[in-house]
Amino acid sequence: MIFVPGRRRARSVEGSGQALIGPDEWRRTKVKWGFGGAQALLLVGLIIVGLGPLLWLAKSAITPTNDTITFPMALFPHGAAWSNLHRAWFDVRVGRYFWNTVELAIGSWLTQVFVATTAGFALSVLRPKYAKVITALLLTTLFVPAVVLLVPLYVEIVHPPLIHHSFIDSYWAVWLPAGASAFNVVLVSRFFDNLPREIFEAARIDGAGPFRLFFSVVLPMSKPILGVVSVFAVLASWKDFLWPLLVLTNPDQQPLSVRLPQIQSQTELGVFLAALFIASLVPIIGFLIFQRSFLRGTGLGGAIKG
Amino acid sequence: MATVDPIDGFLTDSEPGVSPHVYRRARRSPVTWVRGGGLTTLLFLLPMLFVFGAFSWYPIVRTLIMSLQHTNLVSAPTWVGLDNFRAVLNDPLLPKAVENTAEFAGLALIFGYPVPLVAAVLMSEARRFRGVYSALAYLPVVIPPVVAVLLWKTFYDASPTGVFNTILGWVHLGPYPWLQSQQTALPSLVLESTWANAGGTVIIYLAALTGVNRELYEAASVDGAGLWRKVWHITIPQLRGVLLLTMILQIIGTAQVFLEPYLFTSGGPANATLTVLLLIYDYAFGNSLGGDYGSATALSLMLAAFLAVFSLVYLRATRSWSSK
Repeated sequence: MIFVPGRRRARSVEGSGQALIGPDEWRRTKVKWGFGGAQALLLVGLIIVGLGPLLWLAKSAITPTNDTITFPMALFPHGAAWSNLHRAWFDVRVGRYFWNTVELAIGSWLTQVFVATTAGFALSVLRPKYAKVITALLLTTLFVPAVVLLVPLYVEIVHPPLIHHSFIDSYWAVWLPAGASAFNVVLVSRFFDNLPREIFEAARIDGAGPFRLFFSVVLPMSKPILGVVSVFAVLASWKDFLWPLLVLTNPDQQPLSVRLPQIQSQTELGVFLAALFIASLVPIIGFLIFQRSFLRGTGLGGAIKG
Repeated sequence: MATVDPIDGFLTDSEPGVSPHVYRRARRSPVTWVRGGGLTTLLFLLPMLFVFGAFSWYPIVRTLIMSLQHTNLVSAPTWVGLDNFRAVLNDPLLPKAVENTAEFAGLALIFGYPVPLVAAVLMSEARRFRGVYSALAYLPVVIPPVVAVLLWKTFYDASPTGVFNTILGWVHLGPYPWLQSQQTALPSLVLESTWANAGGTVIIYLAALTGVNRELYEAASVDGAGLWRKVWHITIPQLRGVLLLTMILQIIGTAQVFLEPYLFTSGGPANATLTVLLLIYDYAFGNSLGGDYGSATALSLMLAAFLAVFSLVYLRATRSWSSK
């Protein structure tokens, strides 16, 4: 795994690097060993820091509790305990909480995609005269720290205006507020702004109304941005802790993030670590599959905030 | 369909059977607005208007009102003027919470600000494994924060057989108390939070580095500039906009730190990790007898106002440098 400078020089000439260091410079011994060595160190460091804790978690999830407590860094001194996973899933009911998390994530994802695409379509493709006002109102919400919303939002869920029915313990209390992400709307609007308008005009001449235009022209063209929004919607929902903790009070309905801290004290360490491992599997596998969308979206996020 | 646009207008113009008033846009009665697609546009905006109205714009206004009221969800709220703000400012815990939050933000800058930049510069020049580098750096970011904190809680086990103490024991260091001592608790929180968040910054820098004009590097090389001078005089100045932005975003983010102190230490030991957000949470939800929503909203507004003023001052102060 150690970086070998000098190999594959041909590729770097084609421009795979950022060219801070030109191909001639790579040939110089000082640069080669200094910079190349720093890169190798970084790679080793990233493996230890980025992957290490996860590998430890994976190992400890199938190690007997006593071994993890006494020899945390030893590799299976007394064999594996696969039963940890089974016990976490069934006895500690991680399975139940897992499916709750999935249900919450799917609902939040649907609201976010629905709100972001319809709003983006209206603001960037249909472009009504008042679009500027709405965009301005949207952008202001980006500047309001999330903590400002916490208490009034909670009170609103307990005592909604107009409807006299508390939404506490209803998944709608998580699904609907998730849609109010200005970040998503801006991301999708910008993408729609960059679609060639001639296509919309052509579709209109062919007799396509706004709905046809939305479903048959714009949506099929926006798969990359929908990928980014979807990946972040699911991940954000999977990560969410404080809001579901406040509005979902029934343990049978709570997602993993809310249940895990609560079950810690009554759960044996090995089983608990197995539960943590199960809880991080979906985001990690999702990341490995949709890596490009993740990294692209984070880069885009930086660009939007800029 | 019913949209009035120049092309439709042109077509109807050439057909004598259709009355020409279709494309006269100046006079807009509700009927022409509907026939022009105004209602359909509004229909598309409706989900967004509802969701933002109910869960973003309305609560923002509501915060302002609630901070001036005494609300207990049972009886009707009463107006109390600035009493909530006074109560918060007189809370003996507030100075401690502010101090801890500032310390957290400061430590997070020291731990977490230079490392992603150095990493990103090294990674962007990698000629092999570039995908592996960014995947490894980003991996901690995708782990659910609750899982990360609970995992690190076992790492921080203060007994000599804790994970970190075992590793440090190999080089004859420790054992350290980590979360259990007033001195080390807060830095321990910062360490975990840096681990969990640095990857996102690395990816932002990587994206920004692709925008650096390579001709600048080539010109500098022709002029005989070495590696360090190129980094110092080209890379960093070219990234200054992003660098200034990530710094303010990180400060705004760490000023609202909640999860780490809540799950690691619940603000302890002896309030050594009590942060402003934890205090807000305690006001509103910490008391089983009923929340002090007035104080909670008052403190969250003060925090938001401080961050807004801070950001403005920051942008003013750095403007000459960032727009050079």
